[in-house]
Amino acid sequence: MNIMMLLEMAANGFGERVAVGSHTGGLTFQQLYDRAGAAAGRFRADGVTAVAMVDVSSVALPISLFGAAWANLPFVPLNYRLSNDELSRQGERIAPAVAIADPSAVGRLIGLGGVEVLNRSDLLDSIVDAPVPEAGWEILGEGTAVLLFTSGTTGEPKAAVLRHRHLVSYILGSVEFMSAGEDEAALVSVPPYHVAGIAAILSNVYAGRRIVQLPTFDAAVWIDLVRTEEVTSAMVVPTMLAQIVERLDAEGPSGMGLPSLRTLSYGGGKMPRPTIERALQLLEHTAFVNAYGLTETSSTVALLGPVDHRDALASDELSVRARLGSAGRPLPNIEVSIRDENGSEVAIGSPGEVWVRGDQVSGEYEGLPSQLTAAGWFPTRDGGWMDDAGFLHVTGRIDDVIVKGGQNVSPGEIEDVLVRHPEVADAAAIGLPDTHWGERIVAAVVRAYESQVTAEELQEAVRTELRSNRTPDHVEFVEALPYGDTGKLLRRVLRADLAHLGDGSTL
Amino acid sequence: MPEIKPGSRFASSVCTTEIIIVKGFGDCDLCCGGAGMEAPGAPRDERTPSPQAAEGTQMGKRYVDAAETIEVLCVKPGDGSLGIGNVLLKLKDAKPLPASD
Repeated sequence: MNIMMLLEMAANGFGERVAVGSHTGGLTFQQLYDRAGAAAGRFRADGVTAVAMVDVSSVALPISLFGAAWANLPFVPLNYRLSNDELSRQGERIAPAVAIADPSAVGRLIGLGGVEVLNRSDLLDSIVDAPVPEAGWEILGEGTAVLLFTSGTTGEPKAAVLRHRHLVSYILGSVEFMSAGEDEAALVSVPPYHVAGIAAILSNVYAGRRIVQLPTFDAAVWIDLVRTEEVTSAMVVPTMLAQIVERLDAEGPSGMGLPSLRTLSYGGGKMPRPTIERALQLLEHTAFVNAYGLTETSSTVALLGPVDHRDALASDELSVRARLGSAGRPLPNIEVSIRDENGSEVAIGSPGEVWVRGDQVSGEYEGLPSQLTAAGWFPTRDGGWMDDAGFLHVTGRIDDVIVKGGQNVSPGEIEDVLVRHPEVADAAAIGLPDTHWGERIVAAVVRAYESQVTAEELQEAVRTELRSNRTPDHVEFVEALPYGDTGKLLRRVLRADLAHLGDGSTL
Repeated sequence: MPEIKPGSRFASSVCTTEIIIVKGFGDCDLCCGGAGMEAPGAPRDERTPSPQAAEGTQMGKRYVDAAETIEVLCVKPGDGSLGIGNVLLKLKDAKPLPASD
């Protein structure tokens, strides 16, 4: 099963529908198919072993993703925000390759050994009305469809291998063919090198939903696009939703809202409770979906659906309300199990490591042995627990857990309390070296506008809600927290910035 | 009897149906419209689906055997019904999921 099969079905089933772009002037599914074929002809002629992309989202993204598949080459979207050094190191790892780049990135790639640079506009111009080769893609699906570099915590980033069979399994298990109405459109604002950016193309192509792309996220432009393109669904990361909510709030009660938006899905990081609660109030006719997944699992493995959101918000019961912060329930083709350090399953409600299993789960990195257990489970390195109704609660990366005096403290629970405080705009908790306790808890807090809240007041707030060993030993007020461009808090950067607050003798 | 494995593709010999194997391995008497299925591109004969297997296939739908050990995806629709020998495959129930991408 090759991802090209998905596009071929779309072209056969509803070839005249617009696949990417505006109602008028967008590319139809048949045109996307033809251009992917023409691009494949071009990639093959170049005698390369991979098709890279150093670019924001554009129509060249779906063309190159499918074109690479057609040519039996892996597609490798690279992060255009990398430094020149990082970019060359990743380029070397995939050479010989052809790299599609936007004009501003072309200069950065020239001179890189084994990388042939192809300007985006040159590619797009050359494939209009170009011959479409015979379908020759590998049909069993063993080949690599996409290679995604993940931000490793230490050392060089690892490249996650997503084979065709993983991605196609994900799509067949989660999307019904042609399930979208002709009026539906999805707004994609995550970058090409994020697994959600790849999943968005595949899902919407198979569903027959028009894709509208936002190359660089900006809340005002995003809102404007939803309105002008009559967008019906969108996926955002938490930092994007926070900015959208702020913007809609500023429009006030007389604002237009987002009447066309039927579904808003979010994922890619922990969503602050105040943001999602406010979004639910502002967009009362929109169905909210929380999608949890990892690069190594071909995107989503668990979903918190629209009804779950409204039920949780309306409930007086704490355990039901807590589900608003959960990842929901596993997809039908996915099994989730919570394991202890020895790999044994723990009881319902007990914390452990989230393990997942299913045909879409790759758990494989380029050049490394498979990370799957003999029974096919992928240990995600995410901590979590399962409640008695089968909702998965993800508490954060296990490597981020603070170990103070032999007790495990999850930064997430401290952060939850802090961001709910009315005078806190944003907060993060990290562990820093401490001679006596092993680690001490340091909270980095961004005060709300004009707030003068003190460290003692915030420590007291945490102490009242959680056990006393969760109280931050130190609260540091900062201007802003460091986030990556897809909304992930960069704890490594924060730890480095605040290293002076640790106990120097143990550093 | 053809050998099936995930990804392999078959065409009906009596209608326009084409399918891809999603799940299942080994020798399998895969039929459509009551006649054995062939590799795509093989010449189609003049027969029409037998009346016992003529409910048709739908594009993009998945069909399974009773034990769900074999699952196929219809990539081109036609007039015949899919089966293993004389036993018809049934349409797989799909629980609709909200759009998450």
